[in-house]
Amino acid sequence: MTYIPISPKERDAMLETVGVKSLDDLFDAIPVKHRFPKLNLPAALTEMEAMDELSGLANANENVRSDLVSFLGAGMYNHYIPSVVDHMLRRGEFYTAYTPYQPEISQGTLQAIFEYQSLMSALTGMDVSNASHYDGATATAEAVNLAFAQYRGKRRKVLMSPSLHPQYREVVRTYTQGMELESAGDAESDLELSPEAFASQVDDNTCLVIVQYPDFFGRVYDYTKLIEDVHAKGALVCVVANPTALAMFKTPGSMGADIVVGDGQPLGIPMWYGGPSVGFFTTRKNMVHKMAGRLVGETIDSRGQRAYVLTLTAREQHIKRERATSNICTNQGLIALGTAVYLSVLGKKGLRQVAELCYQKAHYAARELNKVKGYKVSDGTFFHEFVLECPAPASEINAHLLEHGIIGGYDLGQDFPSLANQMLIAVTEMNTKQEIDTLIEVLSEVDHG
Amino acid sequence: MNTPANLKYTKSDEWFDPATGKVGITDYAQSQLSDIVFVEILVDEGDTIEAGKAIASVESVKASAEIYAPAGGKVVAVNKGLADKPEAINTDAFGEAWMIQFEGGSAGDVMDAAAYEKYCKERSH
Repeated sequence: MTYIPISPKERDAMLETVGVKSLDDLFDAIPVKHRFPKLNLPAALTEMEAMDELSGLANANENVRSDLVSFLGAGMYNHYIPSVVDHMLRRGEFYTAYTPYQPEISQGTLQAIFEYQSLMSALTGMDVSNASHYDGATATAEAVNLAFAQYRGKRRKVLMSPSLHPQYREVVRTYTQGMELESAGDAESDLELSPEAFASQVDDNTCLVIVQYPDFFGRVYDYTKLIEDVHAKGALVCVVANPTALAMFKTPGSMGADIVVGDGQPLGIPMWYGGPSVGFFTTRKNMVHKMAGRLVGETIDSRGQRAYVLTLTAREQHIKRERATSNICTNQGLIALGTAVYLSVLGKKGLRQVAELCYQKAHYAARELNKVKGYKVSDGTFFHEFVLECPAPASEINAHLLEHGIIGGYDLGQDFPSLANQMLIAVTEMNTKQEIDTLIEVLSEVDHG
Repeated sequence: MNTPANLKYTKSDEWFDPATGKVGITDYAQSQLSDIVFVEILVDEGDTIEAGKAIASVESVKASAEIYAPAGGKVVAVNKGLADKPEAINTDAFGEAWMIQFEGGSAGDVMDAAAYEKYCKERSH
């Protein structure tokens, strides 16, 4: 296939049709003096010079691979990425391919998406997964779209847990503005509520309850009872999950969740500068027709061979058109492939091992930090992230840590004024015992200082 | 094409039984849509409906269509089993695949079987 869109002959035919002699004539409306203004650019560089300058700029960055130790999470996590993930992503067949509308020439991409969907369904304990969304926050917003459509607009309230990621809450708001939805559950005073007490705010106008697992503060709750209570009131429950945690904790599917979404970044995707990422979206079979995005299915072709196709494309581009429940019809194909490669390479046992390493190291860090004068770790069951109460504002402590080459925890005072002296510490398999011990040492200096 | 004489028909391809108040889509409509894979009834028992307003939505392998009320009235029953068996619309459009049953209200713009057959023939040219 050629990427040259038109031949000179075709161009001339088009120019004749619109009634001009040359391409330049199309720009007649722009005064000549404005067409090619002097840009005042420096002299051109040779490739060698340009490479030198760009490397200099790149090297000015500090990164968690070689320069800094990180205890920052809050939605993006520093995990080890096997090198095979990148090798697969850089293959031209995957790297340049776009939408697999034409199954005859897209079997590889379609099969990769199918595998991704199967892995996500298994991980979350749900029936079906779509081909992915942009990130965890937009996947959460699509859960609202689904619930809204499920009740055909008759229930217009969404209850978001106070311990849902604050940025997810903002994205849901942005996404659903204009739908005349009421959102509730974000009073800072609600932070102390147990999940069950929070769920008592569900009424007969509520279409969806959103909870996070582990929640934004790292805590792990069994939502089985909450989901039962919400179902009794006729509403749906969406669980926003960390996929690494699902390798060692009960799946939201087994708790009875209707929708399970989350960010796939922990599964072999670098933190980059905060994106791009991939959002997974899984649900029950009976709601698949309301699910946004696209879904790849496995079938048999006319010769009896296994084949893959975009099977449920009830989207606004194809079948549903203006009646579609969402205007999202694309997916995050390449990054979804990255997570599928990561999961395949690690396997069920490997992922569990990653989760256990995170769990053990985080619990070691919490135990030791709790012993340091002036610091206190919040109570409760947690996975690899926990709240640390500090003797000074988190921003001051983080500035001190950075002087020692450590990126400290997420400053909770940014989102919750009542938590000004608290930070969220994330520990993954990437943090060595020595790094954790250094963190503790530097933090104890702060107290003495 | 099957067009039972006891039924009334709309330009948007719904059938309506004046004797029972049942509503569905015609044999012509199901054959145009091809394999139907999903159906959702958009009204509940007890709802008041107006002629021309959507009462159901069907999805086939190639298109999605809304089904409109042929007349106004009050919904007395909806075919709850249809959602689990959308293919019944293809196999038994005038029987098992009824969608809602309603009573009272004002009749909309409907045709008899002969007029509907003529209308379908005109469209296929």
